[in-house]
Amino acid sequence: MSPDAATAASIATAEGAGPHQTDVTIIGAGPCGLFAVFELGLLDLKCHLIDILDRPGGQCAELYPEKPIYDIPAVPVCTGQELTDRLMEQIAPFSPVFHLSQMAEKLEKLEDGTWRLTTDTGTVIDSKVIVIAAGGGSFVPKKPPIPGIDAYEGTSVFYAVRKMEQFRDRKLVIAGGGDSALDWVLNLQPLAESVTLVHRRDEFRAAPDSVNKMRALVAEKKMTLEIAQISGLQGENGQLTDVVFKDKDRGEWSVPCDMLLPFYGLTMKLGPVAEFGLNLEQNLIPVDTERFETSTPGIFAIGDINTYPGKLKLILSGFHEAALMSQAAVRIVYPDRKIRFQYTTSSTDLQNKLGVA
Amino acid sequence: MILNVTTPDGERHELEALAGWRVMEVIRDWGLPILAECGGACSCATCHVYVDAEWLDRLPPRSEEEEEKLDEAFDVRDTSRLSCQILMRDELDGMHVTLAPMAR
Ligand SMILES: Cc1cc2nc3c(=O)[nH]c(=O)nc-3n(C[C@H](O)[C@H](O)[C@H](O)COP(=O)(O)OP(=O)(O)OC[C@H]3O[C@@H](n4cnc5c(N)ncnc54)[C@H](O)[C@@H]3O)c2cc1C
Ligand code: FES
Repeated sequence: MSPDAATAASIATAEGAGPHQTDVTIIGAGPCGLFAVFELGLLDLKCHLIDILDRPGGQCAELYPEKPIYDIPAVPVCTGQELTDRLMEQIAPFSPVFHLSQMAEKLEKLEDGTWRLTTDTGTVIDSKVIVIAAGGGSFVPKKPPIPGIDAYEGTSVFYAVRKMEQFRDRKLVIAGGGDSALDWVLNLQPLAESVTLVHRRDEFRAAPDSVNKMRALVAEKKMTLEIAQISGLQGENGQLTDVVFKDKDRGEWSVPCDMLLPFYGLTMKLGPVAEFGLNLEQNLIPVDTERFETSTPGIFAIGDINTYPGKLKLILSGFHEAALMSQAAVRIVYPDRKIRFQYTTSSTDLQNKLGVA
Repeated sequence: MILNVTTPDGERHELEALAGWRVMEVIRDWGLPILAECGGACSCATCHVYVDAEWLDRLPPRSEEEEEKLDEAFDVRDTSRLSCQILMRDELDGMHVTLAPMAR
């Protein structure tokens, strides 16, 4: 099985909007959120995870899937994607449920003390414990620094496509050279009035098949390809009329446009977690180093998102934090249970949970 | 060794640099506004600078990886480089770079 297939096979995504009931809701499916599933699982706590990305792995999957990591204990070298795949394999016995491609947006406390988390697509998850493993923040599309672009966002400028219908019979300009740009060119071309793809060079990182399809459409004059860069926007009251292109040989010219879709990759933004009412220090969440709990009881923060004296933003540190956090979390979910310290090597109980006994 | 950096507000800074350090690291460590989100792994394009033309031929050419990543930068010019991909060395003493407009 290829690593991709292995990951895909073990991702259980949730059906329906809920409210889902679980023990722990983890915001962020980066390496630290994933390993937390393991440590919590050994203590019988069930987890749901939310991530804005469409797959687990956080920075390791998004920023450096093919780059080597050398400082995971006892693993002399593995790539970002291999680390993710191995974590997915390691946590599979605990059947975590993933809610991907959605942003954890709102957190409220119900009368019985349960936390209710709602995502931007309307998924609702109720749990006793919240673990924020949001890393450097959620991955959101980069907003290009085109003067005045803010005024058009949401009306004429879109960084993602939620409903294709809104682009029907419109004059579209799509910017970028990766898979997102090419995929949307191919998907929206049949319904748009016109599509112009603008990219800075006549080479594309996107899948070769998509590039070939795009070039065929250009050859059939069903769309336009401009090797240029965007230098300005024209329009008023949030409605674009033209996009200005520039190129060092051809100078500047404008192209009629109702809607612009820029795809310049992703950047990390703290986002809605800032509105959860937690103390923040320079966009990081201060925690104690015994439980890695935030200023709000029942809400923990692990991995790159937290801060404490001596903090190192390493995967290794996040793993340690997950283990200690779990010991505190189980006392919230099962206040009366006696917790025994056990090794996976010798405990039949733990081995049963892992399905290896 | 000196690295000259002009920030988006037009201010020019003369930074003491060390051989072997990435240009991005010098800019970041002196506290100038550079996002450098991926810490120098050629994975984010948020360390985009314009290198003064007279210094360009003293730099190793863009790698294919850098060229591809520049697709995620804005207002890319012939003088554009990802500053995490340039190591300071004696021949670059006195080089001047300008921080490119940054995505939000
Ligand atoms: C190029 C590079 C190389 C690195 N090399 C190493 C190395 O060799 N060794 C090492 O130890 N570390 C390395 N690191 C650092 C390491 O990747 C991070 O420490 C690690 O990824 C942190 O894990 P995390 O789970 O805390 O957060 P992340 O990996 O940042 O994951 C957080 C996840 O949370 C999601 N998220 C955040 N907020 C929300 C929200 N509101 N709703 C939904 N989803 C949300 C994000 O989309 C993201 O997927 C490297 C980092 C980079 C960029
Ligand atoms: S710091 Fe990310 S590409 Fe240079």
